[in-house]
Amino acid sequence: MDLPLIFMVLMGVSVLAYVVLDGYDLGVGMLMPAATDDEQSFMVSSIGPFWDANETWLVLGVGILLAAFPAAHGIVLQALYLPVVAMLVGLMFRGVAFELRVKAEGWHRQMWNWLFWAGSFLASFSQGFMLGRYITGFDQGFGYWLFAMLVGASLCGGYVLLGAGWLILKTEGELQKKAVKWARWGLLWVALGVALVSLGTPLVSETVRDKWFDFPRTLWLMLLPAATLAAGWWLWRSAALAGGRSDWQPYAAGVTIFTLAFLGLAYSLFPYVVIDRMTIWEAAAHPSGLKVVLAGAAVVLPFIVGYTILAYRVFRGKASRSLYD
Amino acid sequence: MDDALFLARAQFGLNIGFHILFPTLTIALGWFLFGFRIAYQRTRDPAWLATYRLWVKVYALSFAMGVVSGITMSFQFGTNWPRFMTSVGAIAGPLLSYEVLTAFFLEATFLGVMLFGMNRVPDWVHITSTFLVAFGTTVSAFWILALNSWMHTPTGHVLDGNQWIAADWWAVIFNPSFPYRLAHMLLASALTASFVIAGLSAWRLLRDRFDNGARWTLRAGLLAAAGVIPVQVFVGDLHGLNTLEHQPAKIAAMEAIWNTERGVPLVLFAIPDEKHKRNDYAIELPYGASLILKHDARAELKGIDAFPDHPPVAPVFFAFRAMVGIGVLMLVIAWWGVWITRKKRVPPPWALWIFAAFTFSGWVATLCGWIVTEVGRQPWLVTGVLRTADAVGDVSGAALGASLTGYILTYATLFVAYMVVLTHLSGKGADKVKEEPTAAGFAAAKGTD
Repeated sequence: MDLPLIFMVLMGVSVLAYVVLDGYDLGVGMLMPAATDDEQSFMVSSIGPFWDANETWLVLGVGILLAAFPAAHGIVLQALYLPVVAMLVGLMFRGVAFELRVKAEGWHRQMWNWLFWAGSFLASFSQGFMLGRYITGFDQGFGYWLFAMLVGASLCGGYVLLGAGWLILKTEGELQKKAVKWARWGLLWVALGVALVSLGTPLVSETVRDKWFDFPRTLWLMLLPAATLAAGWWLWRSAALAGGRSDWQPYAAGVTIFTLAFLGLAYSLFPYVVIDRMTIWEAAAHPSGLKVVLAGAAVVLPFIVGYTILAYRVFRGKASRSLYD
Repeated sequence: MDDALFLARAQFGLNIGFHILFPTLTIALGWFLFGFRIAYQRTRDPAWLATYRLWVKVYALSFAMGVVSGITMSFQFGTNWPRFMTSVGAIAGPLLSYEVLTAFFLEATFLGVMLFGMNRVPDWVHITSTFLVAFGTTVSAFWILALNSWMHTPTGHVLDGNQWIAADWWAVIFNPSFPYRLAHMLLASALTASFVIAGLSAWRLLRDRFDNGARWTLRAGLLAAAGVIPVQVFVGDLHGLNTLEHQPAKIAAMEAIWNTERGVPLVLFAIPDEKHKRNDYAIELPYGASLILKHDARAELKGIDAFPDHPPVAPVFFAFRAMVGIGVLMLVIAWWGVWITRKKRVPPPWALWIFAAFTFSGWVATLCGWIVTEVGRQPWLVTGVLRTADAVGDVSGAALGASLTGYILTYATLFVAYMVVLTHLSGKGADKVKEEPTAAGFAAAKGTD
């Protein structure tokens, strides 16, 4: 049994789950300033019951990195030290602002609203920035830093897209119409981001270039960008139909785009966990520990998925103004 | 100690010290909430509902504080102590993973149902969710204390190449100090939550003497505390004896015993002088330490001189005295409080002020206790296996300093905000809760109740 490979897949699934789930929380957070006071209440209550569990996927992802690839964990997190701290500070403010803004009044409320937005933005931007640094193998130089900043900005756009898709699903009326516009803006940002990463990685790394530009395999691989374009078109079209039975479609299309981009990235990087430096087998932890974790995950993950679906079912339908209704 | 090591420790210590406050409160508060929820279910009394609603908000906020500072910790394992994972990762990794898998998802998911689902799901589902949140936090404590205890008293591990791996998982998890540490921590949580409940209820009663819910929760908090403290004293003593057996250097530092001798006095107070290895201005009880630790006045106790690797004496010595001192005060106040609130009496304002002043006494005692046990393990990160200095990473002192500043500012802001909200919730907030509907639950929301 190839344990490092299995854990690579598990870690990938956790990170993808985190991105598409907390992505909509963070996206909704970033959209706050564009909404009225009343709309903000609906937006916050649409993510209220979920954000906490969504964030847990990040803990699982980093936990697997820690437990399964300890050597890489050290290299990656030390190289990304400051953006990690920035992300954590952002997540902290976002998380508690969520609780505090409901309880505050007057200028306090304004302050926590602002921190909710700023925290969401800082966390999203830092995550994109880290992605940009990660896929360029932490190379130094002005161009690389600029690239990381651009990826940071486009991940913000991507989360806005997910957040807007989520709002189309969970709201109605004026707010939903606004969300449609937001979703279209987000889509443009995502297009830019995906293009950047797709062009950037082969330029930076020969390994990646060889993998993508190797006829006739390239032709098969072109299915990925083609499918991404199709998903983008689906999103654009289904957003126009908002207000009916297809309200779930824009978010689903957003998830599809993220999944496809993620698969492309995974194909580029595999089998490296630190690009061109360390493969998953070199970074892997001792098999004795991995077996124990795998056994536990095999038993517990189905339950987690089960009760997560249960929680989403309990809070299905359009969000109301107050969470406690 | 070089700068990077000092900053890495300062940062991790700050983070873990901030983090531990919130789980300490939420582990036991979850069980209190479960009790309040059951009480409302049985009595259908609006006062219990208001009580539940008020404390569920305190819980939500405390839980969020714990989650966000906990996520920070999961990253700091790698950023601050990278060689911890490459050395003992095959043991620490699985324990941490099991905590995430069996506890974090459970509590975070059902927290949503508990907080916002009362009118959406049948009563039994809501009660079960409340139970699962409390259960999840307790399971979380189980795993993390198993790992922490293993770091203090490691057993069941073998060296494979340059990594330590588990030879016997049962021995790793149920290592010698684990049962005592787990019990000591869960009881500390119970005491912390009891005093927070009693203290904030007293604060509430100072504003409104006729708040029935606050009168019940004051009594509930005091009763719980009065019952738990004697158990904690007993367990704490057992924990100390266990430490004497497995980590005698820590005991020597706790009691500031410099030289190995027979009939050792108990140092009530002193200023330990690390340089000259002696105590200044000591006030001692003859034979006290031998009597307490060995139950024999003439028994020999090992001093700091017997251990080439020993922790710094002063912080361990003072933190231990602070913990015991606060514990004794808590005992006196809880017992006296139970007496003064007998037969539905509302205590006079001056007494309420005392309870309010002791709201966070559990936090102070818990922090002191953790300083004793964690500083007391130094210079080891894992006793006899890995030194703290060998686990530190290559992050520059400048980056550590900058991020430390960032963390301090963030935590200070969060802490002030947390305190403001807690005061608000037990003041104006509680008035507002009373204006909310007086019945809740699936049936009430559907209008059939």
